[in-house]
Amino acid sequence: MDEFLDPLSLARWQFGLTTLYHFIFVPLTIGMALIVAILQTVWVRTGKEKYLRLTRLFGKIFLINFAMGVVTGIVQEFQFGMNWSNYSRFVGDIFGAPLAMEGLIAFFFEATFIGLWIFGWDKLPKKIHLLTIWFVWLGSVASAYFILAANAFMQNPVGFEINEERGRAELLDIGAVLTNPVAVTQFPHTIFAATMFAGTVMVAVAAWHLQRGQFVDEMRTTLRLGAWTNIIAFMGVGFTGHSLGMVMTETQPMKMAAAEALYDTASGADASFSVFSLGTPDGAHEIFSIRIPYLLSFLSNGTFDGSVEGIRDLQAEYTELYCGGADSLLTCPTDGQFAPIIWVTYWAFRWMIGLGALAALVSAVGLWITRKNTELPRWVWKVAIWTAPIPMLASLVGWVFTEMGRQPWIVFGVMTTENGVSPGVPGWAVLISLIVFTIVYGGLAVVEFKLITKAAKEGPPEIPRASGDDTTGEPDQQQLGTVY
Amino acid sequence: MELTTIWFFIVGVLLIGYFVLDGFDFGVGMSLPFLGRDNTDRRVIINTIGPVWDLNETWLIVAGASLFAAFPEWYATMFSGFYLALLVILVALILRGVSFEYRHLGKGQRWTRWFDQFIFWGSVVPPLLWGVAFANLAQGVPIVPMDNGGWIYEGTLLTLLNPYGLLGGLTMLLLTFTHGLVFISLKTAGDIRDRARAMAKGVGLVTIVAGAGFLIWTVLQHLDSPTLWVIVLCAIVAAVSLIGAWVANAVGREGWAFTGNATAIVFALLAIFMSMFPYLMHSSVDPAYSMSIEGAASSPRTLELMTWVAVFTLPLVLAYQAWTYWIFRKRLTRESIPVDAH
Repeated sequence: MDEFLDPLSLARWQFGLTTLYHFIFVPLTIGMALIVAILQTVWVRTGKEKYLRLTRLFGKIFLINFAMGVVTGIVQEFQFGMNWSNYSRFVGDIFGAPLAMEGLIAFFFEATFIGLWIFGWDKLPKKIHLLTIWFVWLGSVASAYFILAANAFMQNPVGFEINEERGRAELLDIGAVLTNPVAVTQFPHTIFAATMFAGTVMVAVAAWHLQRGQFVDEMRTTLRLGAWTNIIAFMGVGFTGHSLGMVMTETQPMKMAAAEALYDTASGADASFSVFSLGTPDGAHEIFSIRIPYLLSFLSNGTFDGSVEGIRDLQAEYTELYCGGADSLLTCPTDGQFAPIIWVTYWAFRWMIGLGALAALVSAVGLWITRKNTELPRWVWKVAIWTAPIPMLASLVGWVFTEMGRQPWIVFGVMTTENGVSPGVPGWAVLISLIVFTIVYGGLAVVEFKLITKAAKEGPPEIPRASGDDTTGEPDQQQLGTVY
Repeated sequence: MELTTIWFFIVGVLLIGYFVLDGFDFGVGMSLPFLGRDNTDRRVIINTIGPVWDLNETWLIVAGASLFAAFPEWYATMFSGFYLALLVILVALILRGVSFEYRHLGKGQRWTRWFDQFIFWGSVVPPLLWGVAFANLAQGVPIVPMDNGGWIYEGTLLTLLNPYGLLGGLTMLLLTFTHGLVFISLKTAGDIRDRARAMAKGVGLVTIVAGAGFLIWTVLQHLDSPTLWVIVLCAIVAAVSLIGAWVANAVGREGWAFTGNATAIVFALLAIFMSMFPYLMHSSVDPAYSMSIEGAASSPRTLELMTWVAVFTLPLVLAYQAWTYWIFRKRLTRESIPVDAH
């Protein structure tokens, strides 16, 4: 029974659940805002109604999704105080700053301009209205940066000092916090991944209609735009992922070792990347694996002959470093283990890369076979429809990898996760909130999925003409206005 | 003035901004079953806040983050202490937030009715519980210092539900209800406007009674406070503007009525903040255990940085948000709602 009511594991489950759920919506919001902004820009520049209709279609999908991103985001902010109050009081001085900056600089901006975009169709001049959706995208991207900077502090704490007297970490250099190498590399990686997701959603919507031979002109444009977006973004993801891997090796070598389940330090040809392997989780026995020599060394160091530290060496190193000193109260985990759960990190890392590559591959093949306007077999469209969630799943396992790979730390080298939990909150209270969030989130996931598929299946809406003056062909601004 | 004191007021301003702005959103949500006779009515009502509810709610998110950055101890103690109350508020905010966007997207009456229920309860619960929470902050809560620094809340959810706390919750609920009704009459034309005004008259009277009771009780609880005269002053301004708002509404001056209501909310909350001052949380266990502003604050370096950020961004935020209200200044009628859609 006590096992079920352990506030620490419950709080961790709750954080994992609410965060992953939040990260379904955030990437699509960031990616879709860009797509909608581009479509609307093309409409304003060319005046072709096709692009206006697509703007409205993807704008609707974007908004359904945006609502969920906002409301689940409030939970994110509140649960640091609710479930992780010791963490909050220990690092609030530093961690709170980027959060507050996100609110003041980015989120106010985004929330204001999204209102103007939704309801401003008939109230703002065309070009100003176009600007509002670009501002929404800009706000969402800036928002992502501040949040990633806060997260990067947990991965690689910089720009702070420990105030012994107050028993907390204090800010020394906000510049260092905001230019944390982890944040700087994680940011483009995350934005490109988000854009990939928007790309595959477009591909899926287009495939659904093309399979039925509806809206052929609009949907061919959508299909190709989505596929190109996905492929270009994938290149960005790969490139930035490589820099991120090198930064990670430098800042959190244990995470890289755990990603590869590398128990013994290796270098050169021995530092191989295993595409797939079977064995016992403790690394004692390996039954079977497919390996690419030198690749791990390249991923970690950018060279083919560098060495990569293994879990066993790091464990010994960390035990000496963190479990002997005067401040080891916060830094030495009770079980003395410094390695995360290896099978989780190992497989999450592979699924992240594999799913991302799969999505790009499908798009590339799709572009090739749709280059001419010929009839295609049904299964092609089926496959295209099912690519929609792939980049999202890749993002989710990517976050599982990032956050689980950080364990046992809540702030790497400074505070262990078990020390961050709220001391006064009983396990049953956390369990109640975990159950409530699971039910509410589960219900809303169904609703959201229904609404998005409904909007997608309805396809690009008809644009009403200005009444009494059909010759101009101008859309009726009055009728464009959105209302709830 | 000390940076810590400045941040006490900046956080105060953000929270007050939240209650003034999202306050009328709550009131609008509450009025939905009372004013909305048919679906078109209800859509008119929801659309009065359509373009702005999102940015209004953002004030809470920014206030929360600023509280975290400026007073980590306060954030940590209060949020973990008021755990279940906050959970209920969060669920209410989630359901209300998605409902505005989702209610018109589905088909069928059942769908719409579900989301109307979410909008109603999502608008009733947060102001009620926030009122309870802030009244308790003014009154004092069972917090004690921990050995290794920081404070811990030793009460339960029931500790918060004392008579004064409940009156605070009721007052906040009624204040936002009136605020929302006046906002609807300010933003609509025709029948709905008249009905909103008539209802604001009735609800306004109850609000004045509850509000007066709460403010008098607040003053009586702080007779030996060093800031007593400021509390009294704020209470008087709040009471006078609330009554003024009622009169303005009765004679059909909706703009003035709305301003009066907003002023009443500002000063009622200021009275609460002044009764907390110079503490963030009074300990009901022992006054010596109270959490001082200094003791809960971040380092001077963080506060200084945050001050610069606030000085540069807040005026800009106020400017573009004011512009939004200006763009959507036109009154709505039943004719503003397209017939064919949904």
